[in-house]
Parts: sequence; structure tokens; C-alpha cells
Amino acid sequence: MAEKIIDRSNEYIRIEGVTKRFGEFVAVDNVSLNVYKGEIFCLLGGSGCGKTTLLRMLAGFEAPTSGRILIDGQDMADIPPYERPVNMMFQSYALFPHMTVAANVAFGLEQEGLTRAEIDRRVGEMLDIVKLGDFGRRKPHQLSGGQRQRVALARALVKRPKLLLLDEPLGALDRKLREHTQFELINLQEQLGVTFVVVTHDQEEAMTLASRIGVMNKGQIVQVGTPTEIYEFPSSRFVADFIGSVNMFDGQLVEDEPGHVRIRCPELEATVYVSHGISAAPDAKVSVAIRPEKIEMTRTAPEGSENRARGVVKEIAYMGDMSVYLVRLDSGRIVRVTIPNIERHDERIVWEETVYLNWHPSSPVVLSQ
Amino acid sequence: MKTRGWFRNGALAFGLAFLYIPILSMIVFSFNNSRLVTVWDAANSPTLAWYRKLFANGQILDAALLSLQIAAVTATGAVILGTLAGLALVRFGPFRGRAMLATMTTAPLVMPEVITGLSLLLLFVALEQLTGWPAGRGIATITIAHITFAMAYVTVVVQSRLAGFDDSLEEAALDLGAKPAKVFFRITLPLIAPALVSGWLLAFTLSWDDVVISQFVSGPNSTTLPMVIFSKARLGVSPDINALATIMVLIVATGVVLSTIWMKRQERRRLLEEQMARSDAG
Repeated sequence: MAEKIIDRSNEYIRIEGVTKRFGEFVAVDNVSLNVYKGEIFCLLGGSGCGKTTLLRMLAGFEAPTSGRILIDGQDMADIPPYERPVNMMFQSYALFPHMTVAANVAFGLEQEGLTRAEIDRRVGEMLDIVKLGDFGRRKPHQLSGGQRQRVALARALVKRPKLLLLDEPLGALDRKLREHTQFELINLQEQLGVTFVVVTHDQEEAMTLASRIGVMNKGQIVQVGTPTEIYEFPSSRFVADFIGSVNMFDGQLVEDEPGHVRIRCPELEATVYVSHGISAAPDAKVSVAIRPEKIEMTRTAPEGSENRARGVVKEIAYMGDMSVYLVRLDSGRIVRVTIPNIERHDERIVWEETVYLNWHPSSPVVLSQ
Repeated sequence: MKTRGWFRNGALAFGLAFLYIPILSMIVFSFNNSRLVTVWDAANSPTLAWYRKLFANGQILDAALLSLQIAAVTATGAVILGTLAGLALVRFGPFRGRAMLATMTTAPLVMPEVITGLSLLLLFVALEQLTGWPAGRGIATITIAHITFAMAYVTVVVQSRLAGFDDSLEEAALDLGAKPAKVFFRITLPLIAPALVSGWLLAFTLSWDDVVISQFVSGPNSTTLPMVIFSKARLGVSPDINALATIMVLIVATGVVLSTIWMKRQERRRLLEEQMARSDAG
């Protein structure tokens, strides 16, 4: 999750109040968004949240019902897909099954009216970049899933687009290959300086790929930020819940100072002390969100009378690199805690043990309900 | 297991016999020397006499040639029109009159041929009175009539192929800078080609053996092969018809066997290539 530096002076895509309706259904609802040159922007959301529709409007396959899309300062309203400075990598890869790999990659260049020699040179170059130099004469069905993905990428990149749209680029790959391909994609993007807009429903994929993420829900962008911002400072219950897992407690603001707040949650016996101010009305109903990995679990009672809870371990899931514990508090509430398995022969906490939970005052995120 | 095996083999034998004994008996009788179709002349058979007689019969040969021509033109015309109709139905979304077009193009599939033939005859007669064309009935009217009903079959075949077609292939081609007409000829057409070939063959066969509709719209100098066979059969089946039918069966059987072998071979190659892809996947 290394943060990349984003040059915000160099705006490349501007989406202004774009709405797309299919009959009664509003697929994209008044979305405004800027994407900067050279970044990897991820549109993240569940199925039917409008992310793919937004991508298809950038490619030109759908026209906005209202609003404007500008790419490199140019209004895209009347520009058909085949004249846009944009290429897309499809979720199904959409490789032409009746053409060889080389012919697939060459297809886009042929439309530009280049000479055969020039086309062959650039196709060869591109296939070498995606490490498929020896596969030019194969047909798509003679390739593995990972190889097909790279052909699709090569075909989209060979035209040297300023903007590449990727629809679930890693969706069809198995887990090992995904991880590897993610880093390859990032390398390629840096090497070629292309702006990427990626659509995905996989938060892990968005986290590793993106310089910024736009989280979508029901056709709207609910939060835009760097992966760290989205994960550590979600702006709403939806985002906190959608990205990673989270323990959410409803409560009431009892003390509201510029530097800290105190919140009473019925499900926690102790008050929650948060070491940063929030903007909420006094006595407002709020939710406190705490990530499972930010909770410490001990056998002995922690110091202090705040940010703590007591419970009994009800469930343990061993995941190898870490373990997930489900702890039932005295109030009956189940809390999720993840503990990295640092040592091998540690006396680990086991089922039905009574444990104490505590967390740092900077860890909770306060969200308005 | 033993009884079940017996039952299965019996069922298979009965099924095959039901389908092929009539054809087989026809082939056997085409080598019969007797003038009476149903009497086997053991003394002088088998003989190729009827085949010789067949090839000396100008009327039958002319009719066969005419049928071939009509079938080829029909198949080509039906494929062009049927493809356009199929494309419109699958690709143009819910346009005004779509449901009507869908019903109308497939209506000839269920319409009794007698009615199709009669209505076409009335149309041609009315047209001739109004515009002077077509002047009498003949090859042109038969071809038009055949295209009309064969097109419906082609439309269904093309439609089902297009429905299983990944739209993103066309979008990808557009995205790569190809204009819509080019996308159609470089991507869509090659990919639906198998459907066009089977549609063409289907239309050809339908036209080749149609007798009812042809009967209505044919003129004095346009007797197709099925019409000849039909009229000869009414006068009493003569053995040279058996010979003709045997030749047709032979041609069809050869075609079927060849295409089966070709498909088997394609399938085996595809499997082999897929195995190859998996073994050096990376």
C-alpha cells in the first residue's frame, strides 16, 4: 500500500454531474470526478453500483443521460468509441477467436493506416513487453488464462493510448497469478506513463493497484481518496463496512472537545475515548468503527478505564499468517479481532478463555449515523 | 445387465431398421431388372439398366439441373436476407415493430405450405396484372417463393448464433478504432460464418426437395426435379426413379460422412491445442 505521489495540477479526465438512466433505473447518479494524468484510479463497488456503466461511458459505449465527460479538455459527447484516445481491456478479454495473437494485437494499428513493417515492429515490441514474444502465431484458445489477459493488455496498449480503461482486469485469474499480475500491471503503467482507470469489486485489488480509489454505491461516488485514506478514515458506515472488516458500535457523543471526544456505547461497558476531534452536533448519535487488527487482546486486564472491554473467545479461525478471533463481550455483542501469528510456539489464547480487549485512542473512527 | 444389454441392442436395431429399411429396399430395387417395381427378377439382377436409362433421360437431367440452380440461388438469397433479419432482431434493441418482425419472419416455419404456395400464386398473378411483371410463372417466381420460406429458417439459425455471441468482441473492435462497417466484415461475419454455412445448406435442401410450393408458382417450362419425380410416381413408379433416388442418397450420405470426419478431426485438434496451452501455461 505504498502511497504514490499524485500530480494534481495535471487533470486528465473531468466528469461533470454525469447521470445515466436505463428506463426507470438510475445506473449512475450525478457523478462528478477528476482523474489526473499518470495515475491509477480505481472505481470500487459491489455489483450493480454503476462502476462499469461509468467506465463504458468513458469508452463511448454508453452516452450519459445528462452531464459532461471531458478527456484531455475535450468534450466527448459526440465522439464515437473508434475516435476516442482511449482503449479498453474487457473483463472477458474479448480476444478475437478467429485471429492469431499477433493479428489481435495488430488489429488496432491496422485501423490507423500504418505500414505493414511498422505494424509488425510495434506488435513484436508489445508482445515482448508482455512476455509473449513466442506466442504470436497461437490462437486465443491455445493460451492459458494469464496469457490471454496479457494479450488483451497488449492489444489495448499497442495503440499507445493516453488512457487505458480496465474492467475487472484480474477477475478471471487465480489467486497466485493475480498477485503477480498486479505488480506487473503497476510496473507497466509506470513504464509507459499511461493513465489507468480500473473497475473492480475486489477491495484488495483496488488497494494494491490504485493511487486513488473512488468507492461507489447505488450509482453515486461515496468517497474518493488514497487507499490509506479510504481504509483508515472512511467517511461513512458504508465505506467502513465495504472496505475490509470492521467492528461497528452505535453510541452517543458525551464529550466533544476540539482535541478529543468521548462516546458511550451501550454494547461496551467502558466509554470510548478518541484522540481527535470530529464534526458532529452535541449529543448526536454516532457510530464508532474499529478495525479488527487494531484491537489488542490480553489475558490480564489492561490499564485505564476507557477503550476496553471484556469477553470470552467463542471462535478461532487460523489463517496461517494470522488468526481471527470472535470474542463475545459481556453485553452479548460479538467482536472480531485479528492477531498476527508472530511466534510459532506461543501459548495462544484458546476457546472459552476470558480475555480483555483494548485499543489505542487514535484507532477508532467516528461516523455519523 | 445382460437383459438390459439385449434390450438396448434390440431398441437400436429397431430404430435403425425403422429409419433405413425403406431407403435400403429402394436402393436394392434400383438394381432390379424387372419392370415391375415390387417384383424381384432374380434371374437377371443385379443390373445397371435403370441407371443407363436414367442418364439417357433428358427430361430428368434438365429438371435436376434446374433444381440445382434454383436451390443455389435460393440458398444465397435466403442467407443474405436471413442474416439481415437476424441481425436486426438481435442487435437493434427493442425498436418499433420488432415483435411483429420476429413473428412475421418465423411465420413460414409453421404456415402450411399449401397456403404459402397459394398466397404466393395469387400475389404473382395480381402483380402481373398490375405491373406486367412477372410475365407468366417460371424459374423467377419459384426462386422468389423459395427464398421467402427458406429465409425464415436462415433467420432462426443466424439469430441463435448471434444470441450466443459475445457483444464485447464488437465493442473491442470499435474501441480499437474500426468503424462499424469494418467491425461487421472483420469480426461479426467471420464469427457467424458457421451459422451462415449451415443456413445456406439448410435453405439449399429445403429448396431442392420442395414440391408443394413449386407446384403453385411454376410455369410450363420450369419443372423441378421433385415435380418430375412426383408426376412420374403418380403414373406408377418406374424403376429409374429408384436409380435417381439412390444417386441422391449416395451424394447426401457422402456429404454427411465427410462433414462428420472433418468435425471429429477439428475437435481432436482443438483438444490437443488446449492441452498444449495448459502444459506451457505461465
